[in-house]
Amino acid sequence: MDNSTLFGIASIMYILAMVLYITHFVFKKNAIGWIATLFTVIGFVAHTISFFVRWYEFSQIEGLGIIRAVPLTNLYESIVFFVWCLILGYLIIEFRFKNKSLGAFVTPIAGMALAFIDISGMSKEIHPLVPALQSNWLLAHVTMSFIAYAAFAISFATALMYLSSVSDSKRSKSYFIWTTVLGIFLVVIIAMGLDFVLFKVAGMSHKVFLKSYLFKASFRNDSFSIVLISSIIAVVLMALVWRYGIELKKIIEAFNITPDTLDELTYKSIAVGFPVFTLGGLIFGAVWADQAWGRYWSWDPKETWSLITWFIYAFYLHARLLRGWRGVKTALIALLGFVSTIFTYLGVNLLLSGLHSYGSM
Amino acid sequence: MTKKGLIDRIWDFFASIKLAIVVFSVICVLSIFGTVIEQNVDAEKNIKLLTRLFGSDFAPDIYRLIHAVGLDSMYKSWWFISLLFLFATNLIVCSIERLPSIIKIVKEPIKPVGEDVIQSMPIKISRTVDKKVADCTDLLSNALKKSGFNPQEYKNSDSIQLIAEKGRYGRLGVYITHISIIVLFLGVLIGTFKGFNGYLNLLEGTSSSVVYLPNGKEIPLDFEIRCDDFEVTFYQGTDTPKSYKSLITILENGKEVLKKEIGVNSPLKYKGITFYQSSYGFSPTVNSVFRLNVKTEKDKVVMIEALFNERFNLPNSNITVKISDFAPALGMDESGRLFNYADSMNNPAVMLEFFEGNRLIDRQWILKRYPQTWQTKFATIEFVDLWGSQYTGLQVRKDPGVWLVYLACLLMTIGLFMSFFLNHQKVWVLIRQKGNKSEVIVGANSNKYKASLENKMINILAFTDLRDNMTRSN
Repeated sequence: MDNSTLFGIASIMYILAMVLYITHFVFKKNAIGWIATLFTVIGFVAHTISFFVRWYEFSQIEGLGIIRAVPLTNLYESIVFFVWCLILGYLIIEFRFKNKSLGAFVTPIAGMALAFIDISGMSKEIHPLVPALQSNWLLAHVTMSFIAYAAFAISFATALMYLSSVSDSKRSKSYFIWTTVLGIFLVVIIAMGLDFVLFKVAGMSHKVFLKSYLFKASFRNDSFSIVLISSIIAVVLMALVWRYGIELKKIIEAFNITPDTLDELTYKSIAVGFPVFTLGGLIFGAVWADQAWGRYWSWDPKETWSLITWFIYAFYLHARLLRGWRGVKTALIALLGFVSTIFTYLGVNLLLSGLHSYGSM
Repeated sequence: MTKKGLIDRIWDFFASIKLAIVVFSVICVLSIFGTVIEQNVDAEKNIKLLTRLFGSDFAPDIYRLIHAVGLDSMYKSWWFISLLFLFATNLIVCSIERLPSIIKIVKEPIKPVGEDVIQSMPIKISRTVDKKVADCTDLLSNALKKSGFNPQEYKNSDSIQLIAEKGRYGRLGVYITHISIIVLFLGVLIGTFKGFNGYLNLLEGTSSSVVYLPNGKEIPLDFEIRCDDFEVTFYQGTDTPKSYKSLITILENGKEVLKKEIGVNSPLKYKGITFYQSSYGFSPTVNSVFRLNVKTEKDKVVMIEALFNERFNLPNSNITVKISDFAPALGMDESGRLFNYADSMNNPAVMLEFFEGNRLIDRQWILKRYPQTWQTKFATIEFVDLWGSQYTGLQVRKDPGVWLVYLACLLMTIGLFMSFFLNHQKVWVLIRQKGNKSEVIVGANSNKYKASLENKMINILAFTDLRDNMTRSN
């Protein structure tokens, strides 16, 4: 089987697992939880094999060699690897903490990433490596960056769960924040789904998609009335999440996962992600840039955004360890950190220009 | 309250966490601007961007403002660099401020404490065990050892205290990390003032003993650098470049001292100056030499060098050949017509005209990357290169501070891993008699992961449920 078939199987497994985890989360049936885990594990195995098959196929191109052929050279491959790290991290947590409720928060991130691959129609081909990427640093720099991104994604999920578990009334700040974030999350998924439909109906070429198609069916439509209607729907959706969020909170409470554990889980994910990000993302990146371009730091947008992300997580750590901040305040910084992470990863490549142009489509 | 002196107040200002937070945030926000507004580019590009964001009415004015403040070359502006200095000063002062307490924590051994201190610890658990004090002590001491602690026993008149700690040096990690940032700043400073970042374009076959700064200023080298050849290779059948290679020779007083092929990820370092492959270009002259490999029937390959429009003899024959046309990137469109599709040597080709005496008897395109075109009626002719037509673009850097930057990276890695993977945990266990049972009070503290330390303590306490003989027999 080739790598894309295997990855297709993995995607289906993850999306089924996402549905099952959420069902399990709502109805708390143990059997459903176990099936969700089973699907995740099957998906993960297929995903792992697919990754290595692609690696092997890559290494066959003009004698690239195994070390340099790590399939992490474009946006598609990086998202596939990000999802792999995320699922691995999640499975470790599930087995260590014997708790499946996090699955309902983590698998949607994976699902969204996979949907993003298909919606955007980004190139899945294996492209030969341009000279700048032919380096042994590629493996260390990119894999470690993505392990860190995945750790930050998990901290985002736990911080969100934390906020929902400590908000005792609709008036509280934390309640407002977590429902808003969840609302935005939902709105983005739905808007992307609409884009997908429009994209399929219009049958446009794959390349033009993202820059011209993201939110084209809703917020960026040419017709002003559609923009207005979608904005109203978005606000209504968010209001609905706000209105019924309290029900969701009750469900989380039933899972017996204490706010303190969630807070510490957030911290632990960041405590793993931060040193890995510093070493793999910033330091290895600087060393590689020094060898390839003759500059260890050039304020390229990707570098600058990595630094901003690094500052935010450094702030989180100082606030927590030095000032003893706990709970809502640190959870907010964790949320902000992940927003910055996403921008470092995707926003820079899609919206800004710079040296790190390999990640574009 | 006594009024503080000016120096103290300045010191306090730089030592404050508030300053750190403000500087952190301001750097972040400015950096965000810096990534949106393109840096060090022509005005046109940013005006285009601003027009998209704010409309064409406001764009020119906004641009003028941005340009006046220096937001379009902000990473070099005095105010941004001052902010970085402020950040560094803040870090240095905070580090000095914290030094005594860090030394104290690392040097001072853990001591037995009173019960009231244990009761006030972040983690405290107590229980009554139906065992003698001595048995409890043994069980707990073993349990602590199993968790990686090395407990010491202190006897009081009415109680026994087990105290233990681990990961003490983890506390130094934060400190090492902070120092690494200061070392990094030092390295950057040395690089900025003692080094330079220039470029040099070298046409194949030419040499230079100066390089240029971006502002055009010449910097003399105390040696000469020559480009012998430059070549781009492509992946089979595509225009995706596979490698850029320059063959470089270093000359001292006209004598060759070093020859090296450099590529994108393999620069050349000589006398503290590093040359990086960064770009290339195509600018043929009348002196550029066509190099052809000619193989006649006798299986012997002869290299022929010829100029444009110049006739040469085909070996072992009475035929002369002239290069009458050249294309750097010859392609074919759908109807089979030839056209040139790029300004660089993606697929160079020459048109050869064959003469018998003065009579033109044949003509043919020879494409460098397509061996099937090399076969002519008279010989196999491979087009090797148009030598002297391409220049290599080298980035030239001298940075005497770069070793400090690398040292800083190393220190930062060590510091971070120490502070995240060594966790300073302290445990006090007080055991005393209560009736004919024992009372155990556990107090513990850690600079992080308190919840998991608490779980660990609960597990350790559970060991007191073991029957005595189980540990005795060990």
